[in-house]
Amino acid sequence: MAWDRNQMAARAALELQDGMYVNLGIGIPTLVSNFIPEGITVTLQSENGMLGTGPFPVEGDEDADLINAGKQTITELPQTSYFDSAIAFGMIRGGKIAMAILGAMEVAENGDLANWMIPGKLVKGMGGAMDLVAGVGRVVVVMDHTNKHGDSKLLTACTLPLTGKAVVDRIITNLGVLDVVEGGLKIIETADGVTEDELRAATAATIV
Amino acid sequence: MKKVYESAAEALNDLLFDGMFIAAGGFGLCGIPELLLQAIKDNGARNLTFASNNAGVDDFGIGILLQSRQVKKMISSYVGENAEFMRQYLSGELEVEFNPQGTLAERMRAAGCGIPGFYTKTGVGTVIAEGKEHREFNGETYILEEGLSVDLSIVKAWKADATGNLMFRKTARNFNPLAAMCGKVCVVEVEEIVPTGSLDGDHIHLPGVYVHRIIQGTHEKRIEQRTTRAAA
Repeated sequence: MAWDRNQMAARAALELQDGMYVNLGIGIPTLVSNFIPEGITVTLQSENGMLGTGPFPVEGDEDADLINAGKQTITELPQTSYFDSAIAFGMIRGGKIAMAILGAMEVAENGDLANWMIPGKLVKGMGGAMDLVAGVGRVVVVMDHTNKHGDSKLLTACTLPLTGKAVVDRIITNLGVLDVVEGGLKIIETADGVTEDELRAATAATIV
Repeated sequence: MKKVYESAAEALNDLLFDGMFIAAGGFGLCGIPELLLQAIKDNGARNLTFASNNAGVDDFGIGILLQSRQVKKMISSYVGENAEFMRQYLSGELEVEFNPQGTLAERMRAAGCGIPGFYTKTGVGTVIAEGKEHREFNGETYILEEGLSVDLSIVKAWKADATGNLMFRKTARNFNPLAAMCGKVCVVEVEEIVPTGSLDGDHIHLPGVYVHRIIQGTHEKRIEQRTTRAAA
């Protein structure tokens, strides 16, 4: 057994603290907004120029001028503000956004992150990820522990072009939670039904 | 000086030339200058370089200019939704310069503000930093990025008055004010041109000094990912 996508998102939501301004990446990180703990108020930033993103609209209320960074139609909240892309990244680069939760292709034991391209194969671009990991207070990665071939995505060193060097603080996978510490990764907890031995066996990075 | 033009073609045709450098506003398909892009396609100008966060989709936005092979180079941060883009890039037909999104926005803003370069920690330790000046400030490493000046800015806004003062709407603002600032000439398409004096001067998002030509038109405003929730 291991965590599914929603359980990973729910675990990531426990990283949120009251009053935080947070940026959520595309994919599983987007699901984190469904699991914000009771009594915690966070403001979600969308890097295309919005603070205070609301839920998806009901059918018929979609607005082409109101989307999130994943290009999905969303709604606004009473506290919502809009701004241009330079301000959006000014607040990211300027350290005003407390935390980013984002996906990854590879994470290395020193906190290196790769999530933007596979040379010769997949070219998507880094979007705002390089700015986010360089600028925000804390970087939390949420991803599957292994790739579709069963190989560990937590490595001693990244093989793909980097998004940021030594930028990741915490990794939440389907098998558990690990922190980037001096000398490697430290197991913080294991997912429901996953033993520490199983987590270690699935991890190529050094565990300290 | 007259800023309001009758059509996208009238506003653009004497400005376009082969090999020119154009900055376009928009994020995904949101807030893109769709009428001006169509006019560029109709004009046929070739070997164009575009600074634009994204490249549209195959049949909308800059994607229509990729299909007609009018684009030589893209400067973008994310191009994941465009199969034709990917094909032309991987086959070497299309040159691409990836810029981190915030760096791209700031390069446009800086150029429009007379700032030729700026230091940022975005991209330090990645391929983005290769060949760029590195400098330490307060013990942290930064790289030098240059302002991005272009021949022509094409922008989508919500409302304009006849003097070119602009208002944008919700997240359709995105790169538009920044793209507007970095061009020698800026052409804007809007949903409505309103009488001068009817916009509150305190609510202008981009002052008319940055805007040279304006057209009003009907926009498709296509939605890329239509996501909804069940009604309560």
